[in-house]
Amino acid sequence: MATRALPETNAADGARPLLLAMDGITKTFPGVVALSGASLRVGRGEVHALVGQNGAGKSTLVRILTGAHRRDSGEVVFAGQPVDFRSPQAAQRAGVSTIYQEINLVPYRSIAENIFLGREPRRFGLLDWRAMNRNARDLLRRLDISLDVTRPLYELNVALQQMVALARALSFESKLVVLDEPTSSLDEREVQTLFAVIRGLKQNGVSVLFITHRLDELYAVCDRVTIMRDGQTVAERAIPTIQKLELVATMLGKELGEVRQEGQTGFDQARRTARRTGPPMLEARNLRREPALRGASLSLRAGETIGLAGLLGSGRTEVARAIFAADRLDGGEVEFGGGPARFHGPAHAIRAGIGLCGEDRKAEGIIPYLSVRENLTLAALPTLTTAGIVDRKRQRAIVDRFITRLGIKASSPEQPVRELSGGNQQKVLLARWLCLHPKLLILDEPTRGIDVGAKAEIQALIDELAGQGLSVLMISSELEEILEGADRVAVMRDGETVAILDHAEVSQDRLLSLMAHGHEDDAALANSGPPIANDVAPDRGDQRGGR
Amino acid sequence: MAGGEPVRPGRTATNPAPRFAWTRHRALDLMQTYAGAIALVLLILYNVIFNASAFLTVNAIRVNLTQVAEIVIVAVGMTLVIATGGIDLSVGSMMAIAGVVAATILLSDVAPWNVPYLGGALAYVVPILVVAVFGAANAFLIANMRIQPIIATLILFISGRGIAQVIVGGRLQSFREPEWQVIGQGRVLGIPVQAIIMIVIVAVAAWVLARTAFGRYVLAVGGNEEASRLAGVPVTRVKYAVYIISAMLAGLAGLISIAINSAADPANIGRNMELSAIAAVAVGGTSLLGGRATIVGTLIGSLIIQLTTYTLLTEGLTDAWVRVVTAAAILAAVLIQRRSTR
Repeated sequence: MATRALPETNAADGARPLLLAMDGITKTFPGVVALSGASLRVGRGEVHALVGQNGAGKSTLVRILTGAHRRDSGEVVFAGQPVDFRSPQAAQRAGVSTIYQEINLVPYRSIAENIFLGREPRRFGLLDWRAMNRNARDLLRRLDISLDVTRPLYELNVALQQMVALARALSFESKLVVLDEPTSSLDEREVQTLFAVIRGLKQNGVSVLFITHRLDELYAVCDRVTIMRDGQTVAERAIPTIQKLELVATMLGKELGEVRQEGQTGFDQARRTARRTGPPMLEARNLRREPALRGASLSLRAGETIGLAGLLGSGRTEVARAIFAADRLDGGEVEFGGGPARFHGPAHAIRAGIGLCGEDRKAEGIIPYLSVRENLTLAALPTLTTAGIVDRKRQRAIVDRFITRLGIKASSPEQPVRELSGGNQQKVLLARWLCLHPKLLILDEPTRGIDVGAKAEIQALIDELAGQGLSVLMISSELEEILEGADRVAVMRDGETVAILDHAEVSQDRLLSLMAHGHEDDAALANSGPPIANDVAPDRGDQRGGR
Repeated sequence: MAGGEPVRPGRTATNPAPRFAWTRHRALDLMQTYAGAIALVLLILYNVIFNASAFLTVNAIRVNLTQVAEIVIVAVGMTLVIATGGIDLSVGSMMAIAGVVAATILLSDVAPWNVPYLGGALAYVVPILVVAVFGAANAFLIANMRIQPIIATLILFISGRGIAQVIVGGRLQSFREPEWQVIGQGRVLGIPVQAIIMIVIVAVAAWVLARTAFGRYVLAVGGNEEASRLAGVPVTRVKYAVYIISAMLAGLAGLISIAINSAADPANIGRNMELSAIAAVAVGGTSLLGGRATIVGTLIGSLIIQLTTYTLLTEGLTDAWVRVVTAAAILAAVLIQRRSTR
């Protein structure tokens, strides 16, 4: 069995015989170390959760397991054999099936055909429909599902399509089924069905690797959990031996009860104590957008910085997008600058004085082939044109001013923005809003994937701007940023704001507890009872994972 | 997760690529930027050296300019569409619609001929407005109904020529209006009028793309639509604009086409024009993925295809071989682009 000791691994806590052992896995992409010594051990007939923040390396590790990526180094032992899958097909032949959020099946063919796609039973060279339908029914029965297997797949809802995909995995005699955030598009009842099927798989001796952001589900169905952070495996535990709070703390790399050192960020702590409060700037009430937002409220004054904390999938990003009118809302009200705001879209919100720096710079921020100059002034173009013609002189003046002011490192304003480092791209995107003199700036993970120096610079800049009267709504997964940078902190869980705390009331343990439980549960810190008892309340639906 | 292509062993994050890669990258960049121009110069040199007696005549130059003008005019609109990440397959049909509408007006009795030039002016303006409406219909399907551009414009590619045939009952419309036909047959200082129109359109489009907010929005939408939307770019309006411009330029090319032939044949005006225009855009170095575009490149691309065809024909190759060789030239041009965009 285990030859090398894992950090925080307790071999005596009920581990089953191993089916899969990945050890010392490293993987580098251009400019990024995705994995540095990650490990993953899954026992036979075990439901194993894999958790971690965005960028922790979960997806890369799974892709290496399923043959979608090749590892740089490390060992993978599957069913007693050292393996190196060269493709997802090879992994599938060996007994590793992966079921993604989007079902990769053929919608217009029947359920039975989908289960046996590519391996249809034949008789005298023709399809043996009766055998195929009978076998399909048998497989589904093993999962306790009865469906008319001749119905086309598209008639089923997403959950049942997943069941079909699971039946297909079973038909491959899979030993391990990987479920990549399977519940993100399911409603509560469908989730329960899926869990029943997962338990069915387990009874059939099949192991399940379950990637999820939803802690309640993890406690409802998993036996063990592997926690990843920064490309490494930081803990592997049996579910009954780890509290939710501890799990969250481990995921974020925090020690419970640890006395936090101040001054880990570029935020100025002196300013925080001499906090100014201007007139109300933003008031968002009961924002709803199914399934990710279920009643988020917050308010913001001029010159105030609010930190928005929460785990991945808690609805943080959705709040930001809702205020900016990037997504339509199902319900709720937004007031901005003292009056009701019903923005038709981002352009409208921008005119009102709001800017949004999105979470994903590549997908939502930069226009890769356009220059620094053009990226920087993209939102400001309407103010830089006369009769549609860009005033190059004024454009250049603005660009030069912000390049100097933010210390953007580019060979020239004409350099394509995709050639810049992440930190400099982020500065360009900040400048895109700052040159419009906004009243409210929404920053979604403003320092993710940025080197330490640029990080501190950006944090100091946020402080400086707030000092000049700018309101900032800052979403961050880094607790330091929330703790040191925000005048007040709003905590989100399951699409709701569960608490709004003043800077003085905020502590790391308090935040962790709110993020994990949705309420402050001091008992949970000391209590050693089975966490499942606290968590029987099923999740009330689904959230979108990180975008 | 930070995705990306797998790295070859030996490369690390701190030393992502050996130094010479940079110069190679630059060389390929230069090659991409000037490949078209170089190829064009080579083609011209070849003709000047080996074919001077035929090529360096006023007549030959006129023929080449006349033949290329329609393609360039359509391809300029196509460049804008492609720059937004779209494509317009309906341009040939738009030419046919504009052509038959113009011919119908020219041949009609209802036109108030007693007002000087009014009928002629209507025969210029009405057809282009008609196809502008069809261009807006393309944009509606693409921007509002979210249908993929290739499918959305396929609708009018198929039905547009049918509409043109219905307008004139499928018959060829012959006419003779020398003053009106100046856009296809006239010359100014010996230069064909359509070549002058072509140059003006290229110049204006290049300037619009480089200097106006609209031009930058076109590239922004093609480069990253969601980011553009979040930066306040009026994405829907930009899409309407490019499909309407593309339709109007195709309409203008349709008018030139019937002016040259003194007849409007709904079955043949602008036939295969969509393919010629897309080829010219691709050879010119505009990325078919959107976000990067060059109008001058499109002009050069059109001229390369035109001169390749002309050269091969004067060398005595049969039409069938000319097609094969031209296709090979297009493939080569696109491959050069692909390498340098890596």
